[in-house]
Amino acid sequence: MTLPSVLADNPRLDRWLNFATPGKVELATGRVELGQGVLTAMTQIAAEELDVAFERIAIRSGDTDRTPNEGYTAGSQSMQAGGIALRAACAETRALFLDAAAQRLGCAATELSVHDGRILHNGAATQFDYWSLAQFVSLAREATGTAAHKPVADYTIVGRNAARVDLPAKLYGKATFVHDMVLEGMAHARVVRQPNRGATLDPIDEAAIRRAARGPISFVRDGNFLAIVGDDETTVEVAAAAAADHSRWSGVERPSALQQEANWLLQRPSIDRVIGAPESDSARGLQSYEAVFTRGHLAHASIAPSCALALYRDGHLTVWTHCQGVYPLRAALSRMLKLDPAAISVRHVQGPGCYGHNGADDAAADAAVIALRLPGRPIRVRWRRQEEFAFEPVSPAMVVKVRATLDAAGHPVDWTTEIWSGTHQGRPGGGASLLAAEALPDPPPVPAPIDVPEAAGGGATRNGEPLYDIDAKRIIHHLVPEVPRRTSALRSLGAMPNVFALESFIDELAERAQQDPIAYRLARLSDPRARRVIERAAAMANWMANCGESERNANRGQAQRGKGVGFAQYKNRAAYAAVVVELEVEESIRLLRAWCAADAGLVVNPDAVINQLEGGIIQSASWVLKEQVRFDTASGGPIDWETYPVLRFSEVPEIAIELVASDSDTPLGVGEATAGPTAAAIGNAVSRALGVRVRDLPLTRERIMAKLLAL
Amino acid sequence: MPQTIAFTVNGRAVNVIAPHDDTPLLDVLRNHLRLTGTRFGCGLEQCGCCIVLIDGKSVKSCRRSLASVAGCSVTTIEGLGTPEKSHPLQQAFLEEQAGQCGYCLSGILISAKALLDRNPSPSRAEIARALDDNICRCGAHNRILRAVEKAAARLREGARP
Repeated sequence: MTLPSVLADNPRLDRWLNFATPGKVELATGRVELGQGVLTAMTQIAAEELDVAFERIAIRSGDTDRTPNEGYTAGSQSMQAGGIALRAACAETRALFLDAAAQRLGCAATELSVHDGRILHNGAATQFDYWSLAQFVSLAREATGTAAHKPVADYTIVGRNAARVDLPAKLYGKATFVHDMVLEGMAHARVVRQPNRGATLDPIDEAAIRRAARGPISFVRDGNFLAIVGDDETTVEVAAAAAADHSRWSGVERPSALQQEANWLLQRPSIDRVIGAPESDSARGLQSYEAVFTRGHLAHASIAPSCALALYRDGHLTVWTHCQGVYPLRAALSRMLKLDPAAISVRHVQGPGCYGHNGADDAAADAAVIALRLPGRPIRVRWRRQEEFAFEPVSPAMVVKVRATLDAAGHPVDWTTEIWSGTHQGRPGGGASLLAAEALPDPPPVPAPIDVPEAAGGGATRNGEPLYDIDAKRIIHHLVPEVPRRTSALRSLGAMPNVFALESFIDELAERAQQDPIAYRLARLSDPRARRVIERAAAMANWMANCGESERNANRGQAQRGKGVGFAQYKNRAAYAAVVVELEVEESIRLLRAWCAADAGLVVNPDAVINQLEGGIIQSASWVLKEQVRFDTASGGPIDWETYPVLRFSEVPEIAIELVASDSDTPLGVGEATAGPTAAAIGNAVSRALGVRVRDLPLTRERIMAKLLAL
Repeated sequence: MPQTIAFTVNGRAVNVIAPHDDTPLLDVLRNHLRLTGTRFGCGLEQCGCCIVLIDGKSVKSCRRSLASVAGCSVTTIEGLGTPEKSHPLQQAFLEEQAGQCGYCLSGILISAKALLDRNPSPSRAEIARALDDNICRCGAHNRILRAVEKAAARLREGARP
């Protein structure tokens, strides 16, 4: 039996759990709570595998001193990789305890079972439980992977709804977020941000900033890193707001309006690769079609700006952060501060939903830099709203050109997806630098341009290959190293623009073949799990009874109604999701309903999975209808919720979700599964409602009007 | 000279000396009264994270001057209910598992309370409109709408806040 890779990386069992407190199980996970319910799901997995009550388990997460190193909580990997590692650790621990009990009872371990932590012999009570045996069973040993996990058919906790353990505190206003932390003697700080790498700060007018502050503040300055620190948060905030007027930067570069649209990428130098099969013989001499799709830059636009606390005392730095990866952040801090990693503790505390790599790591770096210069003083840095919008890494703009060669029946036999994009990998753990490091003296070199490797699901290439049965498929990837803003991972990475392109183009091909889009998909899709979610979503949406064209109003100017479908298996290896959207278009789009069927493999907490799929649909709808980081505005980029609008309550469609039953014993990640299918479903519904296709995201009123006027 | 401002928070009388002329109510709640359940989201009155009730009306507190609440009654999320004595809204949010990251929830619960206080039988569309001042970025909207409907029904049936 092979160990799950995350357990192989963290093989010591006592790193995962212990029974040190009577009646309690202390559990540890490297995955962090981002609002997705991961702590609840991990607790369910452990309770199931150990046969202890859910309530006995106390879980801690994301702490470089005390939890396994699981890298980032990202890529919809928490259950698919982290959950099965925890399951294996718990299964092996249970087996070790049963062996110890069997020895003492002089029976076979197979005669023993566990009920809420108590060891039973042929169903009868014994004097043993996990806690009384703990002194005889050392978990200071490496997992071997020899214990089988419980058969799925025996599950009583995994697969049933569990109330999220993180939610009550959030409903009663308890201190929950790193933003709410208060440490004795804490100082507040704001950073006067270096506008870009290489920009230099001229002497600042400290006296003017102090006057504007109207309260005591001090400055921390090192190279081009400048921070304002004080006891009172309002004073520091006022000073930071005034600082822009009293500090001058040289070498400032700002994105230009010309760089705003994705097509700009086509003119830029790129690093090119071809992944996949050469052209198929079956395609020779047949007709090809192509279409080009684009998407602009997107912001994570977390509901609150990033925040972090840091304390440097007695040669040890402790950082509290809402970042997604405490170990990678520790490594990056160690490089930046030239501190031994052993002298740094990084602890995760919840933050506003991030959906990827936002400003959290950089805020933590800011706090650490300041704390190191003010030893003994806890430092709290909270970014300003405009700072988060201006400095968070954005999701890169992408151009996706799709080309298909069709057989006589109108189905593709050869397929090329050609992608132009900046990198989706700007995380500090991937070699990129923290913002503070770029401002300090002796900044690190510009990192080599890389994207997320295909082995990890790919960045720009993610879901670039359609799942349909096509003789030969390939991706041509143009990685554009120099882009107008720092770019990094946002929920689903390249999968959203790619699935939008692929699934829109499939609809275009279906139309060309005069076939129903669902029937057209199913005709060349042999994966039974993929077929099931599409069929299910179509049935939920009453697809056949209500099929597009006939609904189009004859009168121009009236609202037109349409349904569209989109499908993908996330990363071609995580959850399967099909989404149908119904909408109305007049000049702009109004979403009415969405239906989704998903196959997430082994589902740990069904309601939390549905919550994730639902959230993904709404966030993707917001991206598609409204979102783009624009450089052509007066502010030169988004600074607030007016320059970066997102979907509001009145604009959200009704959503129905069904999980398609699966007999798999492996979970498939769901957090990002609906992002691509939703984008495609909206695009396809708009096309069916209006009879014209808009291939550029977002689907703004201006773009729709331009298409209609061109008719 | 900094003035002492007297008002009530969650039924408790407080006297606060703002250390700064510009101190908004939000900073007073979070930093001086340690009521951190009301949250900073934008500081621009755009996202709704900082909504509190002032004399029963929902108000964004991030730019609200301290002086303006002199003599007023302020209710924050901490005053809505407790795990031992939940407000029907909190109970319904729990039952519907209405939330993900949860950062927006304090403001949303307070907005919803203000709505139900003035309109005990809102339609789904009216609830949505009332919450358009609040941003939820995780996409928990439909759960939140369902939870508010559920709480409204229970309050109409006589559930005690």
